[in-house]
Amino acid sequence: MTDASVPQNLAPPPAEVEDVELYHAHSWITKYVFCQDAKVIAIQYAGTAITVGILALVLSWVIRLQLAFPGAIPFIDANVYYQSVTMHGMIMVVYMLTAIFLGGFGNYLIPLMVGARDMVFPYVNMLSYWVYLIATLVLVSSYFVPGGPTGAGWTLYPPQSILTGTPGYDYGIILMLVSLILFIVGFTMGGLNYVVTVLQARTRGMTLMRLPLTVWGIFAAAVMALLAFPGLFVACVMLLLDRILGTSFFMPSLVELGERKDYVGGSPILFQHLFWFFGHPEVYIVALPAFGIVSDLISVHARKNIFGYRMMVWAIIAIGVLSMVVWGHHMYVSGMDPWFGFFFAVTTLAIAVPTALKVYNWVLTLWHADIHFTTPMLFALGFLVTFVNGGITGLYLGNVIVDVPLSATLFVVAHFHMVMGIAPVLVIFGAIYHWYPKITGRMMDERLGKIHFWITFLGAYAIFFPMHYLGVLGMPRRFYEMGDTAFVPASAATLNIVITIIALAVGFAQSIFFYNLFRSLKYGAPAGGNPWRAASLEWQTPETPPGHGNWGKHLPVVYRWPYAYSVPGAPEDFLPQDAPPLRGEHSP
Amino acid sequence: MSIAIVMVLVVAGSILFHVLSPWRMTPIASNWGFIDDTMGLTFLVTGAGFVAVILFMAYCLYRFRHEPGRRAAYEPENQKLEAWLGIVTTIAVVVLLAPGLLVWGQFITVPKDAIEIEAVGVQWSWSFRLAGLDHQLGSSDVRYIDTTNSLGLSPADPKGQDDLLVTSGELHVPLGKPIKMLLRSVDVLHDFYVPEIRAKMDLVPGIVTYFWFTPTKIGEYEILCAAYCGTGHPQMRGKLIIESEADFEAWQTAQQTFEQSRKSAASQDKRASAQ
Repeated sequence: MTDASVPQNLAPPPAEVEDVELYHAHSWITKYVFCQDAKVIAIQYAGTAITVGILALVLSWVIRLQLAFPGAIPFIDANVYYQSVTMHGMIMVVYMLTAIFLGGFGNYLIPLMVGARDMVFPYVNMLSYWVYLIATLVLVSSYFVPGGPTGAGWTLYPPQSILTGTPGYDYGIILMLVSLILFIVGFTMGGLNYVVTVLQARTRGMTLMRLPLTVWGIFAAAVMALLAFPGLFVACVMLLLDRILGTSFFMPSLVELGERKDYVGGSPILFQHLFWFFGHPEVYIVALPAFGIVSDLISVHARKNIFGYRMMVWAIIAIGVLSMVVWGHHMYVSGMDPWFGFFFAVTTLAIAVPTALKVYNWVLTLWHADIHFTTPMLFALGFLVTFVNGGITGLYLGNVIVDVPLSATLFVVAHFHMVMGIAPVLVIFGAIYHWYPKITGRMMDERLGKIHFWITFLGAYAIFFPMHYLGVLGMPRRFYEMGDTAFVPASAATLNIVITIIALAVGFAQSIFFYNLFRSLKYGAPAGGNPWRAASLEWQTPETPPGHGNWGKHLPVVYRWPYAYSVPGAPEDFLPQDAPPLRGEHSP
Repeated sequence: MSIAIVMVLVVAGSILFHVLSPWRMTPIASNWGFIDDTMGLTFLVTGAGFVAVILFMAYCLYRFRHEPGRRAAYEPENQKLEAWLGIVTTIAVVVLLAPGLLVWGQFITVPKDAIEIEAVGVQWSWSFRLAGLDHQLGSSDVRYIDTTNSLGLSPADPKGQDDLLVTSGELHVPLGKPIKMLLRSVDVLHDFYVPEIRAKMDLVPGIVTYFWFTPTKIGEYEILCAAYCGTGHPQMRGKLIIESEADFEAWQTAQQTFEQSRKSAASQDKRASAQ
């Protein structure tokens, strides 16, 4: 295809190396266990994240049971409640969502979508998973030590988190901190891989502005994580020193339950700054890959290019940059200098603009589209509703003065579950339904998938939408029982019971998903290489599932962006990225 | 197709829930009505955005659903439309932010004539301290805390001798007078939270934090802790009683001063050791 009819700008660049040296596995162990293939590492990451996510789901039932029926469940007391809250939060945010988006989807999709044979550092990539697994095991092991896991709340705020009045004082808090430190070490190895692979290992023709938005989202999230996680890392190390060696980084002089402690001069607020310097970018570390993936799901299943691709890329970058300077909105009533409130309110609400533009572009992609209501598409649409809903309540909490009455109430709990719990989880489900055929070669069952979607989407909305109103009423979070409180009417307890029943039902309904997931491995309809007729590169592999090295003998050559759907004059309603250029084609 | 209908129902259901919900903000008892107003404005702006986006989406889902022969339009971008959407969103954000920042400016500007009252948090109860006849609070430090000095007042500071100590967890405040709450913790983070006042602030060991409010409605309100402070967190309660100035004066004169409390504690100690 190098004839003169091809316009100059679409001609393939000169051929480069056809193969790179990869470590090809020789034994079962190196193929499936200590494997260096990013696709296997991806499955390992995702499998571990989902497994530990199921633990977090069960813990959420403990929380919900206690809130609906305080005192009635024999095995739940204050200690168990706070331990469950802490572990549920930490597992979901770090060990589940971060791990599955970056370690799971990042590993599987980056090399395939950029046209690489593997991550650039396969051995380090493998180590990344094993360190993550150890971190997860250390965390879960806190259930088997005297005193159990820490009940400090997922934010681990000192002085409370390392004092005796907190469950898990003896070992739980130490294991939590060690586990986080290990997680960050593991993540850094993976994160460097994702960033370098995107920058260095793109195939011929794959310019940055031809990357699928999935890759842009994961890439931006990985960069942010590499900048933000060190904040948590040093906070964990210093807190560990305060706990074990009696240093006073975060501990002022204090008297605990009548006993004078030896700490002197430390600052509890310093910990909060470090924690949220990580913690807020963390929200977008989860959200940006979800943004990217949902863009691709909508585009493929609506048979239309994503609307405003360049704006979408710049919005991802703008969100990434801004999200590094908004952390103080978690601390409006922390006792930090109140003048910071002005700064953080402005930066926080400024983020709403690029975020809203992304939402508009997703919705505008549906305009004059050809929408196929497949299971992945339904989950993407469910994401839009929950994300818009959760995003706008962020405008309440970001606007410093409105946050004052709402902070520390159930409004906050409802907000962050809607926006960074439900919304990203819906994307994860959609992404699994979407890429499962590539990963396994078989389709998941559409009917079961749709049942799963309706229960999960409507159920989750019914759980968290009403919860905002308990927060508006003023009900505080982190109360394991409300007790007699004058301003809380009896109807609030009724609502809590309803929410709990729905939460249990939605939780159990996830078994439909797992049944579908495992059953389809064997009984799913054969998928072929490109069942969704998608244009991006991962669907154009010579084998499905792709073999080690992804592309057989020759790396693909890319001629256009990944959103060439319904291009006028094209024979079909999609043009793969590596299909030779059409006569007179002007794709980006 | 059915999803388009469900989207419309989700929007309708959300609005209906909002209108019918019995769970609303508690009747306000302070000067911070502006906070409620800003929240109301935020609801209108964001609610309109939510309804518009989801209904537009529902329309697209209905109108452009797949049918045999349909082919999507090809339109990579429309910079004019994108610019307009950006401008409209920016205006909406400024509309929310500007009043919010103005009210925040008031929130952090404490009136000069505010009465200073200290709230002290300890796992898991509230104590309070009011300035005595000299209208000044004495200094304090956790190292002074012992059985006869639970709030850690500086024994040598003359300003603190006449301070009134309230350890019952019940705080009285006069109606209509601005009050600056000084917040101090002897152990972990707490947060002084009375829903009807709207304002709240963390208590941080090692430093003194503050906020201010003017009580506007006579009544009895519950003080909760809104920063997780260990397993007894939900039980950390106090009472805030807003009353007329005369009632407040009467209550104040009935409170023990620091000096008195030291003396009575010392005599109790003597009696205990004599037995």
